[in-house]
Amino acid sequence: MNPEKVVFGFFIVLALTLNFGFFVGDIDNPSHHHSWELFAVVVVNMIATVLKFGDRTQIGAVLLATSLVAMLQLLAAALVWTFAVHVSEAGMTASIMASIVSLAGGAMIANVVSVTLLVIETVMLRR
Amino acid sequence: MNTIFFLILRRMRTPLLTLIVAYAVAMAGMGLIPAQDADGNPERMSLFHAFYFVSYMSTTIGFGEVPNAFTDAQRMWVALSVFSTVAVWLYAIGSLIALLQDVALQRAIAELRFRARVRRLTDPFYLICGCGQTGTALVKGLSGRHLHTVVVDIDQERISLLQLDSQREFVPALCADARSPEVLEAAGLKHPACRGVVALVNINEANLKIAIAAKLLNPKVQVICRADSHEIEANMASFGTDYIYDPFDIFALYIATAIQAPCQTLLVDWLSGFSGEALSAPQYPLHTGRWVVCGYGRFGKAMYKHLKAQGLELSVIEALPHKTGIPPEGVIHGRGTEAVTLKQAEIGRAVGLVAGTDHDADNLSIVMTALELNPDLFVIARENHAQNQELFGRVGAHAIMNPSVIVAHRIRVRLVTPLLADFTNLVRFEDERWASALVARIIALVDERIPYVWEVTLDEQAAGALHDAHRGRFEVTLDALLRDLRERDQRLRAIALLLVQDGEHIMLPSLERRIDKGDRLLFCGCERARSLMDWSLRDSHALRYVATGEHARDGLVWRWIAAWKRSR
Repeated sequence: MNPEKVVFGFFIVLALTLNFGFFVGDIDNPSHHHSWELFAVVVVNMIATVLKFGDRTQIGAVLLATSLVAMLQLLAAALVWTFAVHVSEAGMTASIMASIVSLAGGAMIANVVSVTLLVIETVMLRR
Repeated sequence: MNTIFFLILRRMRTPLLTLIVAYAVAMAGMGLIPAQDADGNPERMSLFHAFYFVSYMSTTIGFGEVPNAFTDAQRMWVALSVFSTVAVWLYAIGSLIALLQDVALQRAIAELRFRARVRRLTDPFYLICGCGQTGTALVKGLSGRHLHTVVVDIDQERISLLQLDSQREFVPALCADARSPEVLEAAGLKHPACRGVVALVNINEANLKIAIAAKLLNPKVQVICRADSHEIEANMASFGTDYIYDPFDIFALYIATAIQAPCQTLLVDWLSGFSGEALSAPQYPLHTGRWVVCGYGRFGKAMYKHLKAQGLELSVIEALPHKTGIPPEGVIHGRGTEAVTLKQAEIGRAVGLVAGTDHDADNLSIVMTALELNPDLFVIARENHAQNQELFGRVGAHAIMNPSVIVAHRIRVRLVTPLLADFTNLVRFEDERWASALVARIIALVDERIPYVWEVTLDEQAAGALHDAHRGRFEVTLDALLRDLRERDQRLRAIALLLVQDGEHIMLPSLERRIDKGDRLLFCGCERARSLMDWSLRDSHALRYVATGEHARDGLVWRWIAAWKRSR
């Protein structure tokens, strides 16, 4: 067993599960999506991205790419949230909530690809 | 991509991860601990404010407690997290900066940049491996004639020195071991514009390796090498190295030629010098008499061989004859720095002296002692290090042999004006009268300055007008080229030295000679003559004028007017 792989797999899967947890619920209902959940998703995704630095394999490169996509989407979601709450006059509205959740949904797709790639790599290693 | 980038990214993981975790924990704490607003009502700090606060706390900027004054519980948390986040921030930023300054990474980045620069080169260039005295002199000589070079050397200091000297052309340089084929490839060995590889490293084996790599990786490229021993020279020649330069042999042959044919030597010296410098009238040694050779190493042997071939009487002084070998005449044991040894070699009766040991101090001492004993000597001194140049200039030697300068000089002539190198070889077959006549013509041509020597290949690019002339309208002779295009009765101050026509070499071609496209010509004269000649070669009106004296009116409107006149 390679402890590095355990940590790596743990964070990738955790990023996906947290992301899913944030995503489920009515898309435009602010009470279904908690800011702390988004915070956790961003932090775990950041860790997962950094863990992929410096992998020379082809799969490593693709994993880094998907993680960067997820980061981009999640940071956009966090920015929109901050903007809505602290800057705009209207505050958090249903339509803004919907766009935050859809951004997080996009990040989730990227995380799903990451996990799929991880599974593929594991299967290939077993042969 | 280079491994080093992955290694650096991998090493960035730990500092980045600690930074992220420290931030996340501090932010979470700030967000979770109950706060109060300005009126004392309980509330929670938002994550945005937490991020803002942690950012300036950890970087020790410290803007104060925002958005409201903190509660004591918050202050306790801040007191704890100040220590952790500040320490982590310093650690992370410190190690990231250290990683970016990593020597291996910097070198890899420099190499990437160098590769990109070489790839972007569009003009033909020469790859020069080794930039010691020889390499630097060569780069200077080539860029003075607008030829591009790429330099590889193992010593960063020498590369920095080269870049400090302002060169006329941009010279991409890389600090790397030229023996590795990968480095040669990075320096453009396989680049389509690479004309040749010049190996001038001070280790013979390295030059050999560079030559082999160049011939194997790109057989079309010209390979030019410096070699200090006959074995290596033979080895290099065996796999088709195009030109091999042995400084000792070159110099010994030069002196031997100078003894036999001083005028020829003067001619070649002038033509291959740096144009614009004052004309020199060097002294050349006498035909007959006794010569003393001090030092029977590589240089001493070469001098011995060539002087012997001139039928001169020789005596050899050598300190370690069992190491160097002994010539048939025998050897006088000693260094030659003492008067005793020199007297034993009958210095008083000698006409020439060669101070050819590989110690500059010894050589200087030999020259000084010998000149005291016999002031009429013709003295040849070997200068091993360029830093002693001034000393050798003052010691009173008539000819100074500096291996680096000799090799750089020869290679420069070979690369800048290949026809001049051919011309030099052909001059050997001419007699002294011929040479002195040509020397007199050159003196008349340029006033007390070394003439400018240039080569023209009459191809479409350099002589576009000649292609128009070729459409059967008029013939161009050499005479036409040597006329001034502003006033054709004036002649350009230039002499045609050599014409290569259909593979035939013609020395000093006559003015009536017809020239055609594809010919190659070697001229000497003043630099202004070249620009005027280039003009006539490129502009078909100018060429028609110098060739026939006609002023053709050509152009759309003029042709209309001519047609209109005809129709009337």
